[in-house]
Amino acid sequence: MDRIPILKMGPFLLVTIQVDMHDRLAMMLQEDLTGRIAAGGATGVLIDISSLEMVDSFIGRMLGEIAGMSRILGAETVVVGMQPSVAITLVELGLSLKGVRTALNVERGMELLRASVDESEATYGGPGSQR
Amino acid sequence: MAAQAHNAERLPIRAQEDVVLIRQTVRDFAKQLGMSLVDQTKIVTAASEIARNTLIYGGGGWVRIEVLESNPRRGVRLIFEDQGPGIPDIERALQDGFTTGNGLGLGLGGARRLSNEFEIVSRPGEGTRITLIRWKL
Repeated sequence: MDRIPILKMGPFLLVTIQVDMHDRLAMMLQEDLTGRIAAGGATGVLIDISSLEMVDSFIGRMLGEIAGMSRILGAETVVVGMQPSVAITLVELGLSLKGVRTALNVERGMELLRASVDESEATYGGPGSQR
Repeated sequence: MAAQAHNAERLPIRAQEDVVLIRQTVRDFAKQLGMSLVDQTKIVTAASEIARNTLIYGGGGWVRIEVLESNPRRGVRLIFEDQGPGIPDIERALQDGFTTGNGLGLGLGGARRLSNEFEIVSRPGEGTRITLIRWKL
């Protein structure tokens, strides 16, 4: 596979990582995602890693960078579905994924994203405000 | 009784795709040994970190993956070798956050934490050999 597909669903971008990524593929995903956010004005990104059997420091760093870059571009990122064995290993590796919001599954991740969109509309005046 | 190694497999580390193949091969070894999912994930993650280091800092090299028997224990042993510039200060390289590249500096220290036994032999200008063992608990 040359690229990880990115799906658009309303204001959100959805990514399901289903392959064991080499580093260049992970970097391409990061570039593709930030490009799509900038071009399409997405307000949320959901990354499903339930198929990933391993997250090492490189993939962990990529997830953190995607979250950071998306935030600057106005989108929240939620990483969902991390396997317990992956979480245990990540912590022992020394990576806490600080700054990355996580949720147990896709459903909860979507709830988080919807809630953060509502919140920012209430704060800054989105379509539902009086401005 | 001395430890005996068998079922060895030797794989090259020349490109990023090789790192993925190494992860998968180490996973197969750990699975065949009947390791728990957490233990499998730990040794695979350690392998990924060291394989990447071998590629980036060592200029590529080889890994030998084998089953190790030291009665009554069994485990997976990984031996990474490169002919790169070597690691001048191993203690410093093992510290979290230390990197000469643009990574997070968690690779060596993290891989050591994820292994039961961990050894680095490095000579400046000659290369580096890193040995990891994870025993089946």
